[in-house]
Amino acid sequence: MLKLDTAGAKDHNSHAQEHPGQATAHSAPTPDCLVEMYEVMVRSRRLDERCWLLHRQGRIGFHISGIGHEAAQVGVAFAMQRGHDFLHPYYRDLAMVIALGMPMRAILLGSFGKQGDPSSGGRQMPNHYCYKPASIFSVSSPVGTQLPQAAGLALAEKLKGGNRVTVTCIGEGATSEGDFHEALDWAGVHRLPLVVVVENNEYAISVPMHLQMAVERVADRAAAYGIRGVSVDGLDVFASYAAAKEAIDLARAGAGTTLLEVRVARITPHSSDDNDATYRSPEEKARVRAQDPLPRFQKQLVEMGLLTPAMIAEIERRAQAEVDDALRYAENAPYPPVEWAMGPVFAD
Amino acid sequence: MSEKTLVEGIREALDEELARDPNVFITGTDIGPRGGVFLATQGLYAKYGPRRIIDSPLAESSIIGVGIGAAMNGMRPVCEIQFADFIHPAYNQIVNEAARMFYRSGGQYCVPLVIRCPYGGGVGGGLYHSQSVEATFAHVPGLKVVIPSNPRDAKGLLKSAIRDNNPVLFLEPKKGYRAIKGEVPEGEYTEPLGVAKVTRAGDDITVYAYGMMHFYCVQAADQVAEEGISVELVDLRTLNPLDKATVLQSFKKTGKALIVYEDNRFVGFGAEIAALLCEEAFEHMDAPIMRLAGPDVPAVPYSRPLQDWFMPDVQRIVEAMRKLAAY
Ligand SMILES: Cc1ncc(C[n+]2csc(CCOP(=O)(O)OP(=O)(O)O)c2C)c(N)n1
Ligand SMILES: [Mg+2]
Repeated sequence: MLKLDTAGAKDHNSHAQEHPGQATAHSAPTPDCLVEMYEVMVRSRRLDERCWLLHRQGRIGFHISGIGHEAAQVGVAFAMQRGHDFLHPYYRDLAMVIALGMPMRAILLGSFGKQGDPSSGGRQMPNHYCYKPASIFSVSSPVGTQLPQAAGLALAEKLKGGNRVTVTCIGEGATSEGDFHEALDWAGVHRLPLVVVVENNEYAISVPMHLQMAVERVADRAAAYGIRGVSVDGLDVFASYAAAKEAIDLARAGAGTTLLEVRVARITPHSSDDNDATYRSPEEKARVRAQDPLPRFQKQLVEMGLLTPAMIAEIERRAQAEVDDALRYAENAPYPPVEWAMGPVFAD
Repeated sequence: MSEKTLVEGIREALDEELARDPNVFITGTDIGPRGGVFLATQGLYAKYGPRRIIDSPLAESSIIGVGIGAAMNGMRPVCEIQFADFIHPAYNQIVNEAARMFYRSGGQYCVPLVIRCPYGGGVGGGLYHSQSVEATFAHVPGLKVVIPSNPRDAKGLLKSAIRDNNPVLFLEPKKGYRAIKGEVPEGEYTEPLGVAKVTRAGDDITVYAYGMMHFYCVQAADQVAEEGISVELVDLRTLNPLDKATVLQSFKKTGKALIVYEDNRFVGFGAEIAALLCEEAFEHMDAPIMRLAGPDVPAVPYSRPLQDWFMPDVQRIVEAMRKLAAY
């Protein structure tokens, strides 16, 4: 029977007790940890940029980007017990899945729809991540569907007496979906070990925040469900990490769910199918580009004396080499056999 | 007459109905300044403004539910669901509410609501940007289901749908938005709902299709014509209510039927046509009724060879036509 073969996927729905070699999050990131966070951001950015280029060259069919969201994603990911805690992500979470250990080769296999793509074996569109070895659940396209499922993951963890926290991510636009409301209702009633991260980039494709909701902050919505609502500058790694760490610690301690809004910037069009010039002025786009979290974090680390020009260059070199390697690997990989389209449709 | 694309036909219908009837308004995600992700509403926001071209929150159930409410208060909403794949959160509002309202209120309230929705695969859209949902919704009494196959019909049928006093699910073949071109008459005209059209007269076999598959069937019929196979092609146009008379009439002439659709085969629209022919024209049958359809896997996969395996295409239709003709 054809089946994706990823480590730890031996039985459906079983989850390894501990993920090998995982760092436990510290209450404040150590210097080493901060440099690693920076490196993840650089790796994510270089891969993301390459995907845009590959799309323009007609070598991949689609790309949807996390550029401008990386600081928040890295902050949240490093506050998790990476690999142990669950992540039910959405399509923008490239830096997040890299931080949790998804290899670049795996990600690019998905971009090319090639055999061995561990997310879906080429069945799903690019950026629909799934990586069981790192406890990453399968991204769907219909927005918001991950939220009730994440509540269910957290509910089961509570019923089983486990100590995993579930982190799930969503855009601010998708918080208008009924699934968001219903999930948070469960989260409040059952004080679930859950962190709902809303990556607020102020747009849902072309629809601006003020046509999406009449409250100023997504986090304001938390009050209706009896859960914590926190809004932070998601362009800042430190703020994102601190807020996520507190939310995850509280969830693990039995204090329930946090709705964590990270205010980020969508520096690119919505996706490779979008033309954002139809709804954003050049001035606005320039303003958003100027918010880029990557140079900001670099500057912070340089000022703290944690990054030197030599280290920056070395990190760049490694990231480019990793992207080049992954690209060669994925482009040369075969397509899946057509049998892979046929099924199996039912589990045995 | 002038040559237009299918999406231009849609846009013209919307524009003309907005101009004609102040009760018509449009809502959905990204239908405002962006003009819709397929540009079906391009230019309408600039022309009619934010009171009539209303970018909605990202919440499909409410896009339809709000549409139903507005319809019951005298408006004629045209609600866009960005992709057929994302109609499912609104299933409850469409099926339990819009379709049942007239019946359950004993005719006191009707729901003149149009739900526009691009459907179909072959566009590299993977599991959730490729779905065909017509069988699911054609099953529902009280809901009309319309699928145009060309620009002229797209415009004329959409105008009729907007003027109809019932909820109409208007499914648009997204792959054909720009690929399908054709003549569109100048000035006011409509095409009736519930009326199929024989788009090619023939003697040997009858092929039933709609939307993108109809477009492919035209090309396939041209090919087999060179081999001496005469195909009668019926464009169903409205799946519910089905134009049984036209369906039966053609079959009585040829005695051989092929139904082509890209939706999953099992319990698909082809089964309904086959049942109708068996029930009401059994004595005219000269060959087993054939279906050429999408396979029964959950949805169209993304990877190119997998997508190609899924999608019915001209070549497969040609082969099915040959096989049926040879029976
Ligand atoms: C249920 C559903 N409706 C519509 C879409 C089409 N769509 C894809 S992404 C998107 C906007 C999402 O915006 P937001 O939640 O703010 O996330 P962002 O992309 O900005 O990160 C839309 C409308 C979809 N994928 N799913
Ligand atoms: Mg957004």
